[in-house]
Amino acid sequence: MSAIVFTGVTVHRRDRAVLKEITATFAAGKLTVVIGPNGAGKSTLLEAAAGLLTPVAGTITLGGVPLTALGRREMAQLRAYLPQRAGVDWPLSVERVVALGLTPSLPAFGGLPPALQPAVDRALADADLTALRDRPATEVSGGELARVMLARALVGDPEVLIVDEPTAGLDPRHALDAVHRLRARARAGRTVIAAIHDLDLALRVADNVVAVKDGGVLWAGPVGTVVDADALRCLYDVAVRVTRDGDGLAVRFTE
Amino acid sequence: MNRVLVATLTAALVVAMAVSLLAGAVWLSPAAIVAAFAAPHPSLARIIVSDIRLPRIVLGALVGGILGLSGAVLQGLLRNPLAEPGLLGITAGASLGAVVAIYYGFAAAFALASPLFALVGALAAAAAALSLARGGGTLALILAGAAISSLAYAAVYLALDLAPSPYATYEILTWLMGSLADRSWDHVALAGPFIAVGATLLLFTARSLDALTLGETAAASLGVDVARIRLLALVGTALGVGAATAVAGSVGFVGLIAPHLVRPLVGHRPGAVLVPAALTGAIIVVLADLATRVLRGSAQGIGLGVFISLVGAPFFLWLVLRTARRTA
Repeated sequence: MSAIVFTGVTVHRRDRAVLKEITATFAAGKLTVVIGPNGAGKSTLLEAAAGLLTPVAGTITLGGVPLTALGRREMAQLRAYLPQRAGVDWPLSVERVVALGLTPSLPAFGGLPPALQPAVDRALADADLTALRDRPATEVSGGELARVMLARALVGDPEVLIVDEPTAGLDPRHALDAVHRLRARARAGRTVIAAIHDLDLALRVADNVVAVKDGGVLWAGPVGTVVDADALRCLYDVAVRVTRDGDGLAVRFTE
Repeated sequence: MNRVLVATLTAALVVAMAVSLLAGAVWLSPAAIVAAFAAPHPSLARIIVSDIRLPRIVLGALVGGILGLSGAVLQGLLRNPLAEPGLLGITAGASLGAVVAIYYGFAAAFALASPLFALVGALAAAAAALSLARGGGTLALILAGAAISSLAYAAVYLALDLAPSPYATYEILTWLMGSLADRSWDHVALAGPFIAVGATLLLFTARSLDALTLGETAAASLGVDVARIRLLALVGTALGVGAATAVAGSVGFVGLIAPHLVRPLVGHRPGAVLVPAALTGAIIVVLADLATRVLRGSAQGIGLGVFISLVGAPFFLWLVLRTARRTA
């Protein structure tokens, strides 16, 4: 229902074309993982999908409505966006940072309405952060901060969830936990788009994959049908061996 | 917790203002003031309170309040604990405006010339900073402000060098040091409306400042119009601090220090700092003005801005060292 569709989208950053005529679909109810080498344009693609960069050509629609036709506040209520390397500038408590994710639903003045407190508590518990809730967010470890940021993005349970490298710096248990929570959102009908660097992890949980290289889509589709050794070799320019087991795909890069 | 803090600070401000009403070259007791106002005929005490001390105290609270508030907004907007109204060239612009008024003799021609010119200077500096930084980010705004600030101060010092008479030099210098001496209700009436409008604009940034803690991109994704907030903050500061500088001269440091004093008490939330920082700024200026009146070293007394910097700088240093130790 609220699928995000790119049609011939070109996006410039400082007069340089970073995305060139991208056409892709991010389906509702699916976890779509964006993969590709460094500098391919993954983050720009996510930022454009979030409506934070305006294309110079082409259209991006959400549920059939062009993003440019949606208001800033309406957009903020519909989707959550987690940028790469997200951090905080002031030593706010972990709980306050997570509550910032509810900003679009807050009145112009005053504190957090009591009705929204349960959502914050749940997000903290889901992310295994309850013990850290009063700790300044500037004093937690890098991995803990990444969990805080993901909780911040998830707290409002938005229709569309766009997260850039949510598992960077996480230990295996919390990384798995994070991607499973993303997939659970997709199962609940949300549109989930994630850039995930860890290929094994990405391919294990993704429903669909969009492979980006040099600002264009190299290939895209369901994980089971489009991902194989040749496709990954084309994408990363290294030899790859792909094996399938009970957990899904395992990727090993060879010399 | 925030409500308790605001109530406590408000009470402290009222007490500071009340004490300030009693103290000065002539000390008055509360009973004397009540008696003076109850009497049918004007008395010396009544004139001292209503025409000399009260406007000065009200002006001090207004000036300190807007300095503290805009300091808090700018620190939140620029996500920089060193930001203050002086950083964006607004204080310098106001100073230049006043100096032009004094230098060319407008100030001698009519009393409110220097505040009016100062206000125009502040608005011009803010407009210049905003247009120079257009399209750029926060850093562009800081750099543009710094450039305008240096340019305006260079012009001020040039005026000092070329001043037509020693008297003009003296007048410019006193003005640069900041003072509330001899301010009347005219000054309150001139600055008050601008400070009120500026403060209103600044208070509207609170929610967005909280979101900006996450950085500009994340804040934008939460529905914050970053460009609009920047405009609100800059125009609000120009109106409010421009008017404050226009009537009280350049009073530094309050905008820097007031937010720092209250930030830990509100859980470091940038939006929650605003009102407490304004009240703290008002308390600082009212108390400093009281101190300069009581501690008369010379006939002219100590400059308000000078006094605040003298006392405030070591205190701020202590605060910085304590924070550094805690985060090290």
